Amino acid sequence: MIHSLFLINQSGDIFLEKHWKSVIGRSVCDYFFEAKEKAVEPENVPPVLQTPHHYLITIFRGKLFFLSVIQTEVSPLFVIEFLHRIADTIQDYFGECSETVIKDNVVTVYELLEEMLDNGFPLATESNILKEMIKPPTILRSVVNTLTGGSNVGDMLPTGQLSNIPWRRAGVKYTNNEAYFDVIEEIDAIVDKSGTTVFAEIQGVIEACVRLSGMPDLTLSFMNPSLLDDVSFHPCVRFKRWEAERVLSFIPPDGNFTLMNYHVSSQNVVAIPVYVKQSINFFESGSCGRLDITIGPKQTMGKTVEGLMVTVHMPKAVLSVNLTPTQGSCTYDSATKVLVWDIGKLNPQKLPNLRGSLSMQSGAPKPEENPSLNIDLKIQQLAISGLKVSRLDMYGEKYKPFKGVKYVTKAGKFQVRS
Amino acid sequence: MLDSNKDSLKLEAMKRIVAMIARGKNASDLFPAVVKNVACKNIEVKKLVYVYLVRYAEEQQDLALLSISTFQRGLKDPNQLIRASALRVLSSIRVTIIVPIMMLAIKEAASDMSPYVRKTAAHAIPKLYSLDPEQKDQLIEVIEKLLADKTTLVAGSVVMAFEEVCPERIDLIHKNYRKLCNLLIDVEEWGQVVIINMLTRYARTQFLNPNINESLLEEGGSGEKTFYGSDDEEDEDEEEKEKKAETAAMAKRKPYVMDPDHRLLLRNTKPLLQSRNAAVVMAVAQLYFHLAPKAEVGVIAKALVRLLRSHSEVQYVVLQNVATMTIKRRGMFEPYLKSFYIRSTDPTQIKVLKLEVLTNLANETNISTILREFQTYIKSMDKDFVAATIQAIGRCATNIGEVRDTCLNGLVQLLSNRDELVVAESVVVIKKLLQMQPEKHSDIIKHMAKLTDNIQVPMARASILWLIGEYCEHVPKIAPDVLRKMAKSFTNEEDIVKLQIINLAAKLYLTNSKQTKLLTQYVLNLAKYDQNYDIRDRARFIRQLIVPTEKSGALSKYAKKLFLALKPAPVLESPFKDRDHFQLGSLSHLLNAKAGGYQELPDWPEAAPDPSVRNVEVFTLLERVTTLTSVPEWTKCSSREKRKEKKVEKPFYSDSEGESGPTESADSESDSGSGSESASGSEVSASGSESEESEEGSESEEEEQKDKKKTKKELKKPVQESESEQSSEEEERKHARKSKISKSESESESDEEDESESESSESESEDSESEAEVKKKKKAAESKPPCKPVKKENKKEKKEISLLDLDDFDPTPSPQVTPVNSFLSSSLVTDLEGLSLSDSVLAPATMAPSSALKSYELLHRITGEGLQVEFCFSRQPFSPDANMVAVQMHFTNNASADAKSLHMEDVKLQSGMRVREFPEIELLPAGETATAVMGIDFCDSTQAANFQLCTQTRKFFVSIQPPVGELMRPVFLTENEFKKEQGQLMGMNEITEKLTLDATCRNEHTIVQRVTAAANLSRVPCGSDKECSPPVPPPDHPVYRFAGRTVTSGSLVLVTVVTREEGAAQLTVNCEKMVIGTMLVKDILLALTQ
Repeated sequence: MIHSLFLINQSGDIFLEKHWKSVIGRSVCDYFFEAKEKAVEPENVPPVLQTPHHYLITIFRGKLFFLSVIQTEVSPLFVIEFLHRIADTIQDYFGECSETVIKDNVVTVYELLEEMLDNGFPLATESNILKEMIKPPTILRSVVNTLTGGSNVGDMLPTGQLSNIPWRRAGVKYTNNEAYFDVIEEIDAIVDKSGTTVFAEIQGVIEACVRLSGMPDLTLSFMNPSLLDDVSFHPCVRFKRWEAERVLSFIPPDGNFTLMNYHVSSQNVVAIPVYVKQSINFFESGSCGRLDITIGPKQTMGKTVEGLMVTVHMPKAVLSVNLTPTQGSCTYDSATKVLVWDIGKLNPQKLPNLRGSLSMQSGAPKPEENPSLNIDLKIQQLAISGLKVSRLDMYGEKYKPFKGVKYVTKAGKFQVRS
Repeated sequence: MLDSNKDSLKLEAMKRIVAMIARGKNASDLFPAVVKNVACKNIEVKKLVYVYLVRYAEEQQDLALLSISTFQRGLKDPNQLIRASALRVLSSIRVTIIVPIMMLAIKEAASDMSPYVRKTAAHAIPKLYSLDPEQKDQLIEVIEKLLADKTTLVAGSVVMAFEEVCPERIDLIHKNYRKLCNLLIDVEEWGQVVIINMLTRYARTQFLNPNINESLLEEGGSGEKTFYGSDDEEDEDEEEKEKKAETAAMAKRKPYVMDPDHRLLLRNTKPLLQSRNAAVVMAVAQLYFHLAPKAEVGVIAKALVRLLRSHSEVQYVVLQNVATMTIKRRGMFEPYLKSFYIRSTDPTQIKVLKLEVLTNLANETNISTILREFQTYIKSMDKDFVAATIQAIGRCATNIGEVRDTCLNGLVQLLSNRDELVVAESVVVIKKLLQMQPEKHSDIIKHMAKLTDNIQVPMARASILWLIGEYCEHVPKIAPDVLRKMAKSFTNEEDIVKLQIINLAAKLYLTNSKQTKLLTQYVLNLAKYDQNYDIRDRARFIRQLIVPTEKSGALSKYAKKLFLALKPAPVLESPFKDRDHFQLGSLSHLLNAKAGGYQELPDWPEAAPDPSVRNVEVFTLLERVTTLTSVPEWTKCSSREKRKEKKVEKPFYSDSEGESGPTESADSESDSGSGSESASGSEVSASGSESEESEEGSESEEEEQKDKKKTKKELKKPVQESESEQSSEEEERKHARKSKISKSESESESDEEDESESESSESESEDSESEAEVKKKKKAAESKPPCKPVKKENKKEKKEISLLDLDDFDPTPSPQVTPVNSFLSSSLVTDLEGLSLSDSVLAPATMAPSSALKSYELLHRITGEGLQVEFCFSRQPFSPDANMVAVQMHFTNNASADAKSLHMEDVKLQSGMRVREFPEIELLPAGETATAVMGIDFCDSTQAANFQLCTQTRKFFVSIQPPVGELMRPVFLTENEFKKEQGQLMGMNEITEKLTLDATCRNEHTIVQRVTAAANLSRVPCGSDKECSPPVPPPDHPVYRFAGRTVTSGSLVLVTVVTREEGAAQLTVNCEKMVIGTMLVKDILLALTQ
């Protein structure tokens, strides 16, 4: 299926290549470079390219291109999903997925790739199994390794691969048994100029961090599961129990993982936590414009809004800005034309305001459209949909685990048109 | 550093090498140094060496072979993970010469205890296939075996192998279909994708179109007939026809009944829509889209919309598929319209796709919201996107008549936009829209005419000119003016604009020649001297057409008709139309072009193929053995008929019972029990649930079986009796016991696999006792024929021993009775030789008479210009050098001239090989033949020896490649010695293969002959030291042993053939050189099974 993989940085250097079948020359990437040249923005490169003999499927992650070469029919999503899995694994191993990290750990990455695919078909993609075979580097281990000449390849055989529960490794032991669940909800919204909500929905995800010894069997139940409209699960979740009883029953993988993604049914009215009053004007003459933005709380359920940030992609003609915020800081990158206003905590008594003038390229025509504002925010200890976890039970093991649930609401793709 | 003793240094070195490989630098020079470390103890070094090996083995085939033995040892390791990883690396080395070893390893691993090893075997199959496609047939066998595997670990990988090796062999799936459906949810996610895609294709060939009745019902009365015609039932008797009329009536009410297996697939894939893996979700979505009834397809929309939250690449693919789906099933995504709204931060390609979906979703009710959305998009900074939006508006306008005017007005407003691209795009779209109703919009045309002063984009200018020309009657005043302006700037225009100016001029000339005659002349003159030949041609052509001259032909009369004919309005279509003939979610669909290896999604069959093929039949074995004629057609029909009736309301029940009962019993000519049984059976399952429906089918089959058995029993009885007289009582008891065991086994199996069996009706259980008896007897009868010869054999053996005092002589009388005498003598010779020649080094010359030697062609008479050379392996020791294989060359001069000084030159050999040339033949007269012997030391490999065969005038490139069997010389061993040696060559040096002997090859003589023909070995007399060794080989299973040594290294080659009942046999080769061993196994296997 997947013939070869090339890792390419933004300037177009191939810094890692791996072939699972016969070797394919680097020249195949030229087609990609051509397309990249044409696309200008790296996000705009088409993910699937056709060349005379091969098909190239690319993803763009962390300023890197993961380019895979395919020769025969295969589901493109299969490849895309897998490439993202590679990126996830690298991130999981080294904390980030960037060129320097990969270059520093090139051998480990290469070994990982070797284990993940066999003849181009995915073999082991669960991070629990991979970590058993190839241990992720830690500072302590690298020190020990240099002293003792030890290796970071597991000398134990990966038994997890053989079991019926491929996502969990065997023989897990902790002195402190703990299970934490983060319920994170994101508001996706489009608000138009007049402040009416064009479109809004809530997407949620439950991230888990489970450090439990042995083979615990967990059951997580909700107070109001009917809120959940559409869900997708980690493979460990037993779907039948969910269908029948609306509880999550699973034997968790060890460590961090995403337990489920959900979508809150669209019947419910989505609470929009903030409102934005804005006016951006460009004047026909004098090549300048005015900007005035005020943000205030709307439906915050009595919680404080934190980490408030406004990002504006300005039209190309805007050369510089002269803006004064009443709160936080404001920066403008004249190369990418991005205006960022970092507000921080929203104070309902004193609404933050950003006001000032924009100076434009002289002679350029007045920009056709007004840029839209992207809002970022965070509300701790609140799931905006009202979803609540009622209890977590554990079977199969005798000890008493420490349990915790945390709720966070964030802005997802929250856009205010102007 | 690699040569160092310290693992840490080696590791460091390997790490640097692997880093080099990763950067794409060539590290192949280090191959010999690296390969040495393949057996290193340190696991990380080992892993890195494997990485290196897999990367470069293809380039350095010979050296790579050095490492093979390590993997072969690994294949026998008690730890399953080591076995698996050995197989994985072995199969990843792309070296053609080890194909037989790989084949063997795969076969072995396919029956390994550990599912993980079996999974690895499944992975290895496509690798081997890509290396050597000729192995396909053997690989299919392995796939078939692995498909039957019941573990989830294997399922995904083997289906992947199936898809890559033999996707056309859909018949292999039948038996495993239900199992795959049931296992699906537990298979790992990547396997799920492959299985679902495969099952989609499978279902398309096996089930009826669930949406067929909709179209049929619409057709009304005729639908009934069509439906009926599609259900192929031929040769029915009267009763059946009556029934048919009834079912037809029912068909009208409920014409389509989904096959329970079809339902099973849909039911079992549905939960996977909840997978976190986008590829799995997409696979299920396409399955539902292609297979599910219209009413059920909707469930996938929600899941697909969820994927839109994922990475942009995922969005891209999903949107493409959604776009295709929205064309066919618009309603499905309408509730999610807002999810396709575009954000300014989306990449352009996503925006365009979302736009496409929105356009497809537009209808009378939601068009106003969509248009409002579009209005915001038009202001976007992304100009490509704006252009796409304008086109989308155009499409909405053509599709939905009510909003056409609104759209047109909106687009006209855009004409005053400052961005030229936007204006140009609008002009093009407006042009298309205006074509639909030009009368009403002359003011728009006027407005556009004014634009010609400002707009510079050629395509837009051309569009405006075309519009004015086409509708010049609506704007009679402006049109000539425009032409005047254009004539002025003609020379500076782009080519497409020039062409349109000529068109405009021509059209105006025809309608308004008074005003424009001169202008037209002027334009045509300008065009006449244009640089572009298209324009010159066009000008010439138009001049001839429109300007009346004395010479002008008949055509000019029709010029007006030609130019001002009514042109059909263009249809604005989605680029995604008709894309759904590609399987959704596939690469081909995405590219809208067939990708390599794409399997067409077949159309629904007219009539469903027999659903019973998916029944996991318990009695398959029995059926095969009894060799009765195939199932009579009527039984199938009636069983299906019954199924159909079952689904319908109860009132028909009594009818069907009454009818089906007699039909069956009438034909089944055995006791009437079966008929009544079926009736009672159907009563039990009257609830008509799905599981019971399937039961129906299997039950009726069972009946058939029973009938057959009964008749069979009657037939068999006399034979059986006579046989049982011959055989001793004891034996019979044994067989009976055996059959009992096997019977109970088969029954328990049936319980597992087919619930229906366990639920079987009471009447059946009544019968079961007698049935069991019948079976028992039959089993006994079946196993008799093979055991009969065995028995005779025993007797004979004893006799012969006393006669000849040759212990190993135990001829098996074969069905085609070999004359005993000749038979005796030939095998006697062999044995005598074996006994007399205790000097093991020398092989007897008489051993293989030269007539039996296979001769190979070295030089064909045509290519050799009359000189023909054949060679054979004479199996004589080559006297000048004992380590060489003697090759006898046979020269024939067919040419008219004499060949002079025949000799060898320019010998090209693999390292280590040596050749002793044959003495030069001075003269070979025309028509004469000559013989010469040369010696080649092949170094115990089957590498070819290449050299030039020279005559005085010509040189011919030739090569000699030995069959592996010729690389050894016979050795005499006693049985005890043989066993001792064998004991030392166990484990990795032992290769065992099961085979079924060919019918013509079951007696001793042929076996010995074929083995010795395939390999230069000598027979080991068996039982020669019977006194000291227990009689291991049971008398009815003769064991043949052969021994030899490889010519160069003198490694022992031990071959054992153990025969079993019914031609089953086991071949074991023990050899220190595993490459030789595996190849030898293959050769002998071939010789014995041919």
